[in-house]
Amino acid sequence: MLSGKVALVTGGSRGIGRAISLELASQGAKVVVNYAGSQSAAEEVVAMIKEQGGEAIAVQGDVASYEDAEKMVQSTLDAFGRVDILVNNAGITRDNLLIRMKEEEWDSVLNTNLKGVFHCTKAVARTMMKQRAGRIINITSVVGVIGNPGQANYVSAKAGVIGLTKSNAKELSSRGITVNAVAPGYIETDMTDKLGEDVKGKLFEAIPLQRLGRPEDIANAVSFLASDKAAYITGQVLNIDGGMVM
Amino acid sequence: MSAEIFDRVKNIIVDRLGVEEGEISLQSSFKDDLGADSLDVVELVMELEDEFDMEISDEDAEKINTVGDVVTYIASQK
Repeated sequence: MLSGKVALVTGGSRGIGRAISLELASQGAKVVVNYAGSQSAAEEVVAMIKEQGGEAIAVQGDVASYEDAEKMVQSTLDAFGRVDILVNNAGITRDNLLIRMKEEEWDSVLNTNLKGVFHCTKAVARTMMKQRAGRIINITSVVGVIGNPGQANYVSAKAGVIGLTKSNAKELSSRGITVNAVAPGYIETDMTDKLGEDVKGKLFEAIPLQRLGRPEDIANAVSFLASDKAAYITGQVLNIDGGMVM
Repeated sequence: MSAEIFDRVKNIIVDRLGVEEGEISLQSSFKDDLGADSLDVVELVMELEDEFDMEISDEDAEKINTVGDVVTYIASQK
């Protein structure tokens, strides 16, 4: 479905990003696995892709820095000569009650989760405009739609990503570039492992499909949105949450 | 020198904006006369950078209104 395409996945070494890297590669894409700190995890993903006969490289970079974003895109072009798919997945949490939240906690989450999407999109836009083709998929969250206590910073960033997705979709559509967002609900990752059983039990009551999502559930949707089959879809937010938000 | 630059710039404009070469003069405004929108101008600047092997800063690019502005700018950088 994606053979010959080149994909850059930010935060592609762990959690949802890891599943996205592996799925895009299994569909034939050459994958650049970006990581900020988890070098060994990124190299493991690259090794797994190569074992399956795919092509991949790992590239270090912090999306909160525009300079790093530009370097990531340059490394992608140096390795594979083009960039067809950008998945803005890199994200962090610094949860705290609003009343206790430190400015640093607010800034670091906004800088990575929202400004990082701006940086990486800006950095690939030139190449995609010249190619007259591109797929940008932003990983947001259902909490960006419905809000969540203790996550003022994270929710604000994710809601911002939804606005950015729509603006970029309108701005870039005349150049054959589509921009969509995928909004996961509660997915089994390191981020949700920390939740206690009682919290999980309550969660299931709110999820019609009565289970946490798997990273693969998200990766499958991203892979579809990255393919030619999704050519007429842009500016959309796809909730993948077991029916939690309707 | 400028005439040669003007010809190369004209070729890019014809190619990119789909206008007739005869419609393009040094006084032509990209937006008012040649039907370019702001994204078209950004792309033209990108293509000019490649064609003339130079970098045009965002600040300078924002000052470009007419074809003459481009030719004068490129001539001044050479």
